[in-house]
Amino acid sequence: MTRIAEACAGPAFIAFTVAGDPDPGMSVRIARTLIDAGADILELGVPFSDPPGDGPTIQKADERALNAGTTTDTVFSIVREIRAFSDIPIVLLTYFNPVYRRGPDRFYREAHEAGVDGILIADLPVEEADEVVDLSRRYGIDQIFLVSRDTSPKRLKVIARHAGGFLYLVSVHGVTGARPEIPEELPAFIHRVREQTALPLAVGFGISTPDHVSAVCRAGANGAIVGSAIVEIIERNLSREPEMMAGLHAYTSSLTAMKEERSGSSP
Amino acid sequence: MTENGRFGLYGGRYVPETLMHALLELEEAYTAASTDEIFRNELDFYLKEYAGRKTPLTYCRNLSAELGCRVYLKREDLLHGGAHKLNNTLAQGLLAKYMGKKKLIAETGAGQHGVATAMAGAVLGLPVEVYMGETDCRRQRLNVFRMEMMGATVHPVTTGTRTLKDAVNEAMRAWVATVEDTAYVLGSVVGPHPYPLMVRDFQSVIGRETREQILTKEGRLPDAVIACVGGGSNAIGIFHAFLADDVRLIGVEAGGTGTGRGEHGATLCAGTPGVLHGALSYLLQDEDGQIEGTHSVSAGLDYPGVGPEHSMLKDTGRVEYHSAGDAEVLNAFFHLSKSEGIVPALESSHAVSYAMDIAGEFGKDDILVICLSGRGDKDVAAVAEMTGGCR
Repeated sequence: MTRIAEACAGPAFIAFTVAGDPDPGMSVRIARTLIDAGADILELGVPFSDPPGDGPTIQKADERALNAGTTTDTVFSIVREIRAFSDIPIVLLTYFNPVYRRGPDRFYREAHEAGVDGILIADLPVEEADEVVDLSRRYGIDQIFLVSRDTSPKRLKVIARHAGGFLYLVSVHGVTGARPEIPEELPAFIHRVREQTALPLAVGFGISTPDHVSAVCRAGANGAIVGSAIVEIIERNLSREPEMMAGLHAYTSSLTAMKEERSGSSP
Repeated sequence: MTENGRFGLYGGRYVPETLMHALLELEEAYTAASTDEIFRNELDFYLKEYAGRKTPLTYCRNLSAELGCRVYLKREDLLHGGAHKLNNTLAQGLLAKYMGKKKLIAETGAGQHGVATAMAGAVLGLPVEVYMGETDCRRQRLNVFRMEMMGATVHPVTTGTRTLKDAVNEAMRAWVATVEDTAYVLGSVVGPHPYPLMVRDFQSVIGRETREQILTKEGRLPDAVIACVGGGSNAIGIFHAFLADDVRLIGVEAGGTGTGRGEHGATLCAGTPGVLHGALSYLLQDEDGQIEGTHSVSAGLDYPGVGPEHSMLKDTGRVEYHSAGDAEVLNAFFHLSKSEGIVPALESSHAVSYAMDIAGEFGKDDILVICLSGRGDKDVAAVAEMTGGCR
C-alpha cells in the first residue's frame, strides 16, 4: 500500500495550497502550518497561467505564485524543503502543459527525486494518460484521477484500472471554489463509485466547513479535500504572516477535529 | 484523424473530467447530425435564406492592375453579421437545439464570433451569454452593443490578459458549471475534440464555394490562396477544398509590433508545441509551459494558440505560414478601402497585406485568392483613434 492509500485509512484530511503562493519561502511555512495543524495529505498546486478548471480564488493564487517567480524548478525545491521536516504524503496537482513542456519523463523523475507521492493532472483524462500512467508506475508515484458525477460506469472502470492513490471525486458541476452547501446527490455519487472500486475515495470542490468535512466522511468517503477556503485565508492576510499562520492553523484544526470525531465514533 | 481527434501529433482532448461527458455527447450528436438529412437541409436553409450564402468571389480590377496579377476576394465580409463566423454559429446553434440544450455560451475576441452567436441564438430562439476580455470590450465596443441589441448578455472578463485566451478560459469555466443544459459554441478550430474537426467542417463551405466559383470564372484553380490565421477557422475553411490540389496555401499570422515576447500573436511562426484550451498545438509559451501574452492590432488574432490541424499542416509543409505586422496591416486596411471601396476587418487585412507583399512573385495571368473573412466596420473607431483620423 502506498503512503497515500495508508493516509486515507484515517479518513484523510487533504489540504491544498498553491506552491509558491504568495512566494516560495512563505509557501513552505504555510505547508508546515497545515501539517502541524493535522493535515494528513498535502496537495500542492503547480501554478499555471491559464487554469480553466479553477475558480477565481485559485486563479489569483496561481498569479501570485507566478508573479513571485515560481517555476517548475521552484515547485520541486519547495517539495524538497518540506521533505526536510515532514514525511506527509505530497500530491502535485498540475495542468498538463507544464508536464508536457518539461518532458513527462523528466517531470516524473524529478518529482520522484524531490519526494512527491502522487500526481494529478487536472486536464488529462484517462484516454490521454497512457504515457504518464506508465511513468508513474516506473517512478513509484500514484497517478490520481478525477471522477465526476457524469463519468459513465464504463469510463469509471477504465479510470479505476489506471488510477493509484485515491480517486478524486468532484462533488459539483463547476470549478474549484468554496460553496455554502455540499450537493444533495453526494452520498449517492460516493456510493455509486464505491461499488466499482476498492480505491480510497476523496471528495473535493466546494468543501469548506467542518460540517462539510463530517458530511463527506459520513457519506463514506475516505478523504475530504479543502483548497479554496485555505487559499482565501492566505489571500486575506498577505502582508500579515503571523495572522495568516494563526488563521490557517485554527481553520485546519477545526476541520481535522471533525474528521477525528467521525473516525472515533466508527472504529 | 483518429478516434480521439488527432491531426498527426496534434489535437486530442485535454480537459478536466467534468467536461468529458459533454464532449463525448457532443461528438456523438455531431456524428449523427453530419449524415442526418433533416439537419443538413435545415442548416442549408439558414445558410442560404438567413446568412446569405453563397458569398461572391469578387475580381478586383484596380488591385489586380496595381499588383500585376489576378486578385480575387472571397467575400465572407458580405455574410450576414459581416464575417465568416455565422457559418459555424448557425450550425453549432442548430446542433445544440437538436441536442435539446436550452442555452448557448461563447467566447469572443474581436466580437465577431459573439455577434454571430447572438444572431444564431436570436434566430433559433436560444438565450446567449458571451465572454469577452475587458480589453477587447473596449476596443470593439460596437460589437458589444450589437450583441446586447440582439438579446445576448456580455460578460467582460477581467482575469489574466483580459483578451481572447482569458475569454476562452472563462467560457470553459461557465460551461463546466452549466454543462447539463448549455452548449458551448466555440468560435474557431481550436479546443478539445470534436471542436477543431466540427468547426472546420462547418467553415469548409468557404473553400467549396471558392473552388467552384474560380473554376467557373477562370476555368482553372488559383495559384495561391491566402488567409489570416488567429485560431484559424477562416483559413482552414478556405484551404480545405484545395489541400489535395497543386495550389499554394498561405496563412498569415499577427506580427504585432515585433518579434519579442508579448509583442505578437504569430503562434505557428514563433511558437512551440504544447497544450492549451483542450488541444495539443503550437503555442506561445515560456520554457516552463506558462502561456505568454500576445499583441495584435486585431483583437481576433490576439491569441497564443492555434488550431491543431494548422499545426499539422505547418509540420507537413503543405501550408506556409508567415506574419504581417501592425503597421503593414493598417496600411493594407486603408489600401483596400481606397482601391476597391471595401473596408476589410483588421484580421483579414493581414491576408491583404501579405498578398500585397508577395504579389511580385506572380505573373499577370496568375490567380491569387484572398479570404476576406470579415468587414472592417467594427474597426473603424479603433483605427481612427490609432491613426488620429483618416490618412
